[in-house]
Amino acid sequence: MVPIHHYLILGAALFTIGVVGVLTRRNIMVILMSIELMMNAVNINLIAFSGRLGHVAGQVFAIFVITVAAAEAAVGLGIVIAMFKNKETMNINEIDLMKW
Amino acid sequence: MSVEQVIFYVFAALAVISALGVITLKNVVHSAVALAATLLSVAGIFLTLHAEFLAGVQVIVYVGGILVLFIFVIMLISIEKSIVERQFNRQWAVALITAILLIGELAFVVWRGNDSLVLAEPAPAVPSVLGVSGNSQLVGETLYGQYLLPFEIASILLLVAIVGSVALSKKKTQAE
Repeated sequence: MVPIHHYLILGAALFTIGVVGVLTRRNIMVILMSIELMMNAVNINLIAFSGRLGHVAGQVFAIFVITVAAAEAAVGLGIVIAMFKNKETMNINEIDLMKW
Repeated sequence: MSVEQVIFYVFAALAVISALGVITLKNVVHSAVALAATLLSVAGIFLTLHAEFLAGVQVIVYVGGILVLFIFVIMLISIEKSIVERQFNRQWAVALITAILLIGELAFVVWRGNDSLVLAEPAPAVPSVLGVSGNSQLVGETLYGQYLLPFEIASILLLVAIVGSVALSKKKTQAE
C-alpha cells in the first residue's frame, strides 16, 4: 500500500507546477491549463484522504471540483474568444485595459 | 514492491513530467497534449485509490470535454501568430520565490502531519457504508442523499456558466 503522504507530495508538486505556470507564461490558454492542473492537484488530495479514511465524501467533493472546473473552462474560453475578437492577441501583457 | 505501488509511481512520474511539459513547451497545442497526458495519469492514480467512478469521470469530463474545448479554441484562434510571440514573461524571480515558499510550506505541513496520517492507515481500502457495495453506487448514494443541496447548487453554477458563455459570445445587437 502506498503511504498517503506520497499522494500529498504528488498533489503539492502538481499544485506548485500550476502556480509557476500561471506566474511565468504569457499565453492565456496555457494559464487556463495551469489552473486545471491546480484543480487536479486538489482532487488527488481529496481522493487520497477519501480512500485512506474509508469515507466517500472526498470523492463527492472531487465531483464538485470537476463541475467548477468545467464551468470555469466554459466561461474562461468564452472570455478568450471575446478578447481575441477585439484585440487579436492571446498575450496577457497586451490586455491591460483595466490596469492602472 | 506490490503492483499497486508500481502503478502509482509510474503514473505519478508521468503526471509530474507531463505537467512540467504543459508549462514549458512553446507550442500551445503541445501544451494541450501534455495536459491530456497529465489528466490521464491522474485518472490512473484515482484507480490505485479505488475511486473507479472518479477515474471514469476524469477521463470523460476532463479529457473528453474540457480538453477538447481547449483544443477547439486553440484551433479557432490562429496558432501561427501565437507561436511567434515570446511565450514567457519576466517574472522568473517572483515565480521562483513563490514556488520555493509554497513547496516549503506544503512539505512542512505534510512532514508535521505525518504521524496523524499513519494512524489513519488501517481504514478499509474499499469503504462499505450504508450496506452498499461498489464505488459508483456508494458515490451516487452519498451525492443524491447527504449532499443533495450542494448538488443542486452545482447545477445552478453550471446554468450560470452556460448563460455567461452564451452572453459573452453573442453578437452585439443594434440596441447596444
